[in-house]
Amino acid sequence: MSHISIRELNVFYDGHPALRDVSVDIPDRQITAIIGPSGCGKTTLLRCCNRLIDLTDGARVQGSVLIDGVNILDPSVDIIALRKKTGYLAQRPYPLPMSIYDNVAYGPRIHGLRDRRRLDQIVEHCLRATSLWEEVRERLRSPAAKLSVGQQQRVCLARALAVEPEVLLGDEPTSALDPISAQQVERRLVELKADYTIVLVTHILRQAKRLADYVIFLYMGELVEHGSAGDVFQNPRDDRTKAYLGGEVS
Amino acid sequence: MSARRLEEAFFRALMIAATLLVAASLFGVLAVVLVKGLPALTLDMVTKTPRGGYYLGKEGGVLNAIAGSLCLGIGATAAALLLALPIVFYLQDEYGGRSRLAGMARLALDVLWGVPSIVYGAFGFAIMLYFGLRASLLGGIIALCLVEMPIMARAMHEVVRMVPAELKEASYALGATRLETGRQVVWRYALPGIVTAVLLAFGRGIGDAAAVLFTAGYTDYLPSSLTEPVASLPLAVFFQIGTPFPQVQQRAYASGAILLAIVLLLSVICRLLARRSDVHVLR
Repeated sequence: MSHISIRELNVFYDGHPALRDVSVDIPDRQITAIIGPSGCGKTTLLRCCNRLIDLTDGARVQGSVLIDGVNILDPSVDIIALRKKTGYLAQRPYPLPMSIYDNVAYGPRIHGLRDRRRLDQIVEHCLRATSLWEEVRERLRSPAAKLSVGQQQRVCLARALAVEPEVLLGDEPTSALDPISAQQVERRLVELKADYTIVLVTHILRQAKRLADYVIFLYMGELVEHGSAGDVFQNPRDDRTKAYLGGEVS
Repeated sequence: MSARRLEEAFFRALMIAATLLVAASLFGVLAVVLVKGLPALTLDMVTKTPRGGYYLGKEGGVLNAIAGSLCLGIGATAAALLLALPIVFYLQDEYGGRSRLAGMARLALDVLWGVPSIVYGAFGFAIMLYFGLRASLLGGIIALCLVEMPIMARAMHEVVRMVPAELKEASYALGATRLETGRQVVWRYALPGIVTAVLLAFGRGIGDAAAVLFTAGYTDYLPSSLTEPVASLPLAVFFQIGTPFPQVQQRAYASGAILLAIVLLLSVICRLLARRSDVHVLR
């Protein structure tokens, strides 16, 4: 059974449909890229998976998103446990107003971990997984906001990994980064797919081609096509997909 | 020169003039207070209580008013902070920010902001009469708290509103509750601005004469208990300047200078403390 299955998902913003009848299974331990032109509902779809959509004023969600067989859109779902299970990487890095160490330790701490040694281990492990350890080990106590933007985004990735999620959601996580930092983040994501189910929103087609194993193409809130990256990129079936991949619409 | 360049130069000059005017008026106030008060500004002024008959005496100092003002200002600021903090956190969108109650609270704060402090003084006085209390430190603190709270809450609300939504989302996405996010993320991020809001309110409170006129009273003695009257610097200035004796009037300016010095000193200290948390704010 697939980790994340989306069933007949509809989202409305103040009554205007943003997603229409989206149903798709997201394969485990692969990178799934959600692609499509601006305003097609990519981010909305992603934010339904950890219910950050709840914070959007005027958003109404229908349908179901099943994670491990549980409909997470059900109001009775433990939202804290859900978000612990789904790491999230935003478009621009927003380090929390605290030190590098505290940024990474923030998640484990709010989930109740107090043991200093264990925290030290987690922080080191997560910073190594994002290849930041060598860069910041001497200044773990300095403010995360003082790092470069690329490093900040990797702190945000490390922070997400520290709560031991099973799913990683990325909303164009490299769009604010310089090419070198973007490449570093991409490499980390490829390494991480061995252990995590990764869902990535991207508007960069080349990035989707580089990273994706599975592709979901949205157009005007509608799921047009989905399938393995090879299929969608080599043999798109729908005319709209062809037009988008061919660069006719962007 | 083209008309557009001329226009640009004209409005630039206007802006500079306005800025200079503000700076000049600050220096004007300082100069007048210092020039007129300096002869009376002796060590006795800040270390002794008044001697030689009530507050009109020319001997001794205004230590009673300094101590009284500090007690009033700090007490009222602490009380106002206790009220204002929960309000501004509640006014965030995640809590009640979008509710009708929050809308009414915002309107109420705006109106309360504009209420003259003499009205708060009269209001406090009426309540004290009802409970059979007389002018006291406690009464003064309550009246000043009413003066300070809307100023503080409104200024803090602006600061907390400016915390980026994405920053809060980052915390929520990790499974943090609203309270955890408020305490550990919003509070830290907004701290420099919160300090400014507290200082703003403290400055208003400690310098206010009207609200304490009926509620805190006046005395020649140091504050000893919450239920005893206390002296305050603004009232010391008020009484001293109203006398026909030039030496006592001089002492009014000296008292004013001391009041200014207290506000200035506290601002500098708080800003230095707040700077430590400033490093976390993204630019």
